[in-house]
Amino acid sequence: MTATSKTIQQPKDFGFDADALALKDVAEKFFQDNLPTQKLHALVAHDSNLEHGTVSRWDADLWQQIVDLGWLMVSVPERVGGMGMSAVAVATLVEQAGRAALPGPLVPTLNVSYILGACGTDNADAALSLICEGSTFSYAACNKSGSWEHDTSDLVIEGGKLTGEVHFVQDAQKVDYFLVNAKLVNDNQGVDTTLVAVPANAEGLSIMPNAIIDLTRDQARLQFDQTPIENQQIVSAPGKALEALRLATPALLVTISADICGAAEWQLQTTAEYARTRKQFDRNIGFFQAVKHPLADFMIAIDLARSHLYNAACAIDFEPEKAEQFARMAKAAASDAAAFGSKKSVQLHGGIGFTWECFVHIYMKRQLHSQTLLGDASHQRAKLAELILSQS
Amino acid sequence: MSKNAKRDTPEQEEFRRYCRDWLASNVPAAPNFKPLKNGAEVATQQHLEYYSVWQKSAYDAGLVGCDYPVEYGGGGRTHCQSIANQEMLRAKTPILPGAIGLGMAAPTIFFHGSESLKQRLLPKLLSGEELWCQGFSEPGAGSDLASVQTFAERRGDKWVINGHKVWTSTAQFATWMILLARTDKSDKYNGLTYFVVPIKSELGKSVTVRPLIKITGETGFNEELFDDLEIDDAFRLDDVGKGWQVAMTTLAHERGAGPLTTPMSGGQGLAEDKDSKPKSERSEFPLIKLAQHCVRNGEPAIDDPVIRDKVMNMLIRQVGIKQNRRLRRVPGLADSQRLTLQDKLLGTEYLQDSAALALEIEGPAGTLSNFDSAAPDNGMWPLAYLSSFGGTIAAGTSEIQRNILGERILGLDKSK
Ligand SMILES: Cc1cc2nc3c(=O)[nH]c(=O)nc-3n(C[C@H](O)[C@H](O)[C@H](O)COP(=O)(O)OP(=O)(O)OC[C@H]3O[C@@H](n4cnc5c(N)ncnc54)[C@H](O)[C@@H]3O)c2cc1C
Repeated sequence: MTATSKTIQQPKDFGFDADALALKDVAEKFFQDNLPTQKLHALVAHDSNLEHGTVSRWDADLWQQIVDLGWLMVSVPERVGGMGMSAVAVATLVEQAGRAALPGPLVPTLNVSYILGACGTDNADAALSLICEGSTFSYAACNKSGSWEHDTSDLVIEGGKLTGEVHFVQDAQKVDYFLVNAKLVNDNQGVDTTLVAVPANAEGLSIMPNAIIDLTRDQARLQFDQTPIENQQIVSAPGKALEALRLATPALLVTISADICGAAEWQLQTTAEYARTRKQFDRNIGFFQAVKHPLADFMIAIDLARSHLYNAACAIDFEPEKAEQFARMAKAAASDAAAFGSKKSVQLHGGIGFTWECFVHIYMKRQLHSQTLLGDASHQRAKLAELILSQS
Repeated sequence: MSKNAKRDTPEQEEFRRYCRDWLASNVPAAPNFKPLKNGAEVATQQHLEYYSVWQKSAYDAGLVGCDYPVEYGGGGRTHCQSIANQEMLRAKTPILPGAIGLGMAAPTIFFHGSESLKQRLLPKLLSGEELWCQGFSEPGAGSDLASVQTFAERRGDKWVINGHKVWTSTAQFATWMILLARTDKSDKYNGLTYFVVPIKSELGKSVTVRPLIKITGETGFNEELFDDLEIDDAFRLDDVGKGWQVAMTTLAHERGAGPLTTPMSGGQGLAEDKDSKPKSERSEFPLIKLAQHCVRNGEPAIDDPVIRDKVMNMLIRQVGIKQNRRLRRVPGLADSQRLTLQDKLLGTEYLQDSAALALEIEGPAGTLSNFDSAAPDNGMWPLAYLSSFGGTIAAGTSEIQRNILGERILGLDKSK
């Protein structure tokens, strides 16, 4: 990510160069071949007992292929050995993963790579090298009430020990490391928001899985009890963590929005296919405007959300001072499209849509989860208003 | 005296007093599982036993089936079921498990069954000793119910049934099924005939019942395969070829628009606070409490003006539905059919939208299921949201309900 303050114009094509388009095609084909919905269903929905909502279901072999393709380091800067691809390229990769509802810490790891990239310290670069080697990360910052702000973590580092609880940590059972947001008690007894990299098997760390509705993710509460923190684990520069998080925020919003857009396209295509083939009253149900119009509306909503998505991603690289406001728009548009489309995808399938065997529920549940990550649509609009109104 | 009581006929007044006396000492203790809100939710043997005992005792006391004639096991009263319903609701009794029997099969049998069928079937249906299920939908026939293909072939005074029914609530516990079958392939609507068929006694023989898993991961609806099920002609309702008309009686009652009042109770599942203080809008409306408890941007969610607006909008909808029901009962003021046909749509979409709003209020905690101890409101909202699609799909989808309103009430052209 180039955090230049000089304003450059956004290119007309959003910056979709040959590399970005090639990545999109490769990813699309990869997920079609390796994670068709049938396989996803067998992987995450073979067990319908909600009591097992704490189980992390994923295909470790498939994940290894993704690591081997280098997709964890697409957004890692080239100077530390990453691929340093544009944000639009990353967005289009994530879209394809979202379309396949990929279980695995792709978005969490990409997000951490953006935060580490914004930290710009040697320690952060060392952590980025771990990502290049295939290690996975998840960002841990939420307090108990699930705050979407960056400065509300309840974790404290004092005397080299990390203590406290952090909530709603994504894919916590799958990742190798957590990027932890904590308050470091400094020499003057003040506190500085600080980012530290903590291995998942660290001393004093308990991972307490949540029972969740989304079958394609896992989520947990982390409990730190006097976890020792060495200096080289501190990845943010003193007093600069919030600044790094602010810089990375557009990218975090872009990745989750991309996931939502991809999943929404699956919902649209699957439901349209059903409407083209399911017959009632001697007609394919798509004949009826009560079926046709919501599908058309959903399509429009997805395309608007994708346009916002690429605009925001492009701004990250070409118009950074606008990136946050565009990314807030993208997340709001994507979340609303998903809420509407998920509802229609179940409703328009009729009775079969109400069953576990039908695939649409997997996506509805993933979308419900994604909608709330990093703030739902009304939160994004509230933040957008703050941004717009603070401009003179 | 409640407002309702003021308009009672002498028979109703006496019956109301009787119900109150009986209910004062006969409402069973709450079960040791989470109380159910309607009969279609019966899912375990434990549920079945608890609620069947209740239905039998309410039936024996005369509170269930009071308007049915005595010779069919009823109470032989006039317009008294609504009184019993009001009093059972007020006393927060458990729900009645035989909802499909009471609400759909009983009125259909009453209006279309032979004398001997009524005498044979209604008493145990009303008492809840025999449960019923509704075998209408098929894989290829849902909204277009008249396209059912399950075939009944006449052989002397027997019928031999082959076919596949699906989405059948509570079939796993049912003794009987009301069945819409095809008896003539050449005529869509006039080629249908309506039967009552014994399924429990045929299980493992000519009837297979397979559980289907719902979007929530729960069981509760089923599919059934009929493989040469042979039944007596005596199990036919009304004439051969009149199945569609008979089915309309069932559907009218399913949608609460039939002439017979369905026995209903079920205050218990809804009762949270036991004190009998008059309820305020606020205490009856769970989203307010939820929004007070959940924190958004560091403040109680209810202080967020956007959430506040959405919650109030939902409250207005909830009150609107109640007043809509009230309006429909005032003769001469409004078209009662027009209002009645809106009720299912209003109610089911309200439940769906309010559950979606609850998830929004909960924010990240809305990702947690009912098996997570940190979930607000015991994790009921994600499940409520998923379950709400049962409401907007079953018994005529929302899309079909809108077609019905446009076509039957407004006289718009038929879309089919
Ligand atoms: C929880 C649950 C319980 C049920 N219990 C029972 C039961 O006990 N017994 C029983 O017999 N059935 C039961 N059903 C079945 C239910 O009645 C059917 O699912 C319903 O009628 C829809 O039919 P379908 O599933 O075939 O969907 P379809 O009819 O295939 O509908 C698919 C979509 O197309 C739309 N559509 C179809 N036709 C039109 C049209 N003309 N205009 C506009 N839109 C249209 C529908 O609204 C829907 O969105 C149950 C269903 C559910 C979900």
